[in-house]
Amino acid sequence: MSLEQFKNRNVGIHTYKTLDVGTPPNTGMEKFTQVVTRAVKGELFVGLWVVMREMINTLVKGDVHTVKYPFEKMPISPRYRAIHDMLRLLESGNYRCIGCGLCEKICISNCISMDTRYDEEQRKEVSEYTINFGRCIFCGYCAEVCPELAIVHGPRYENASEQRAGYSLFEDMLTPIDKLNLQQEYDGFGAVSPNADENITQTPLAY
Amino acid sequence: METTLAQHIVTDLPQVTALGIIIKAIIILAVISAIAGFGTYIERKVLAFMQRRLGPMHVGPFGLLQIAADGIKLFTKEDIIPQNANKFIFMIAPIITAATAFIALSSVPVFPDFTIPEFIPLLGGVFVPSIASDLNIGILFVLGMMAAGLYGPLLAGMSQANKWGIIGAARTAVQFLSYEVVTGLSILAPIMLVGSLSFVDFNNYQQEGVLSWMIWQQPVAFVLFLIAGFAETNRTPFDLLEHEAEVVSGYATEYSGMRWGMFFIGEYANMITISIIASIVFLGGYDSASMFGWLTIMLKIAFFFFLMLWVRAAWPHVRPDQLMWLCWKVLMPLALVNILITAIVMMV
Repeated sequence: MSLEQFKNRNVGIHTYKTLDVGTPPNTGMEKFTQVVTRAVKGELFVGLWVVMREMINTLVKGDVHTVKYPFEKMPISPRYRAIHDMLRLLESGNYRCIGCGLCEKICISNCISMDTRYDEEQRKEVSEYTINFGRCIFCGYCAEVCPELAIVHGPRYENASEQRAGYSLFEDMLTPIDKLNLQQEYDGFGAVSPNADENITQTPLAY
Repeated sequence: METTLAQHIVTDLPQVTALGIIIKAIIILAVISAIAGFGTYIERKVLAFMQRRLGPMHVGPFGLLQIAADGIKLFTKEDIIPQNANKFIFMIAPIITAATAFIALSSVPVFPDFTIPEFIPLLGGVFVPSIASDLNIGILFVLGMMAAGLYGPLLAGMSQANKWGIIGAARTAVQFLSYEVVTGLSILAPIMLVGSLSFVDFNNYQQEGVLSWMIWQQPVAFVLFLIAGFAETNRTPFDLLEHEAEVVSGYATEYSGMRWGMFFIGEYANMITISIIASIVFLGGYDSASMFGWLTIMLKIAFFFFLMLWVRAAWPHVRPDQLMWLCWKVLMPLALVNILITAIVMMV
């Protein structure tokens, strides 16, 4: 599934196909003609052939549309907004969050709460970070506003759980340090667009 | 000369005893019930494949034990009788459907003759006939019994104090009046050709190869009988009685558990009966001379059974008024013209 399909917002009626359905019969003779035409033209047998063709495709080619859900899953769109992930820097392994507080500020359901402090090197670090998923509406603003691509939406969409708290802590959302090499870059809201290189122009300094 | 020949045949035939008939009846009951159960599995699978689905997959290999799961569910489900229902009629209505379906099968040849081997204790040497009761008016009896089976849905719908049930019962009456005329008239032309109502005579009439099959002499009657058969068995183009999208479940709305299951078994037994009749009357039946005659008729019956599922996957169903229009204004005149032409050809 390519990203262009999701980026293309030019949805018009240019792909619509108009079918000629004709006019319904009015008089008895027209109705009779319609019945005879339909009976003789073999439209019913076309219908029979269509389902037989699909049965042969299913049995011979294995062209089945069933997804046995708990055992196999459909690929989700990179823009899908599921439970949040907190990403790490690939080189150092530190978490990317700089504690700017933009996500807390923009959150329209007020479900992100964070606290920051200065560490011993006078750098800002996150001391508390929770998302109340009972309130979160998964709007994606936090991921979009994040300047560091630190808070993103992950692929975890199965939210049934015995405890809400299991999702909401910073440590739970953070990529485990031993799985850093498996960390996926996020393609959704706030991510760098595929044609980002073309959009970069020289900074106009010559005022 | 002829009498001696007849006597010779009669003495040569194995003795049909009451025990043999009872064994045959038990075989029909058990096998057809099992096939009806298995038919639900086949139906789900075929419909699923035709709609690019998988169908039942989880209970047993390829979902084969789904029948067992369904059976356990049906037998253990609570049998609810609505408060305002006419209790007696409500309780016997499913029995009418199931019983008439199996009574109809009693005069239809199902499976070949065989004699139980001598080494089996008690039953050894008992001759089991292919037909439980070989009536000389077989077709009339079968069609009559299947028609009587419509009392099941009719009484069920009227007794259950449910509006959907009433509509289902009204549709039963409408459908019954419409198709029964066509069934009778369409099969009348083959009966005129053969000159008998016995299934054995029909079978013997078509023994000279594929070209002697009745379908080549009576194609119109075949198509008409097939259409009427779909209406008789309450299959998809004409499943007005319990069409879920329109009348919830029609006559079966208030039924649960095994009472509902009996309607279901009756419907599937009727499907098998119609398939057998169509195979014997129009497609040559079983080749009594050949070793594999029983196999050919099994294939024909399976084809008709599959056709019913196939049509259900492909075609939409009709409205009640369209059914009446079709039966009274198209099929019945066609059947009459067919009878007339057959009669003229036979006279000339």
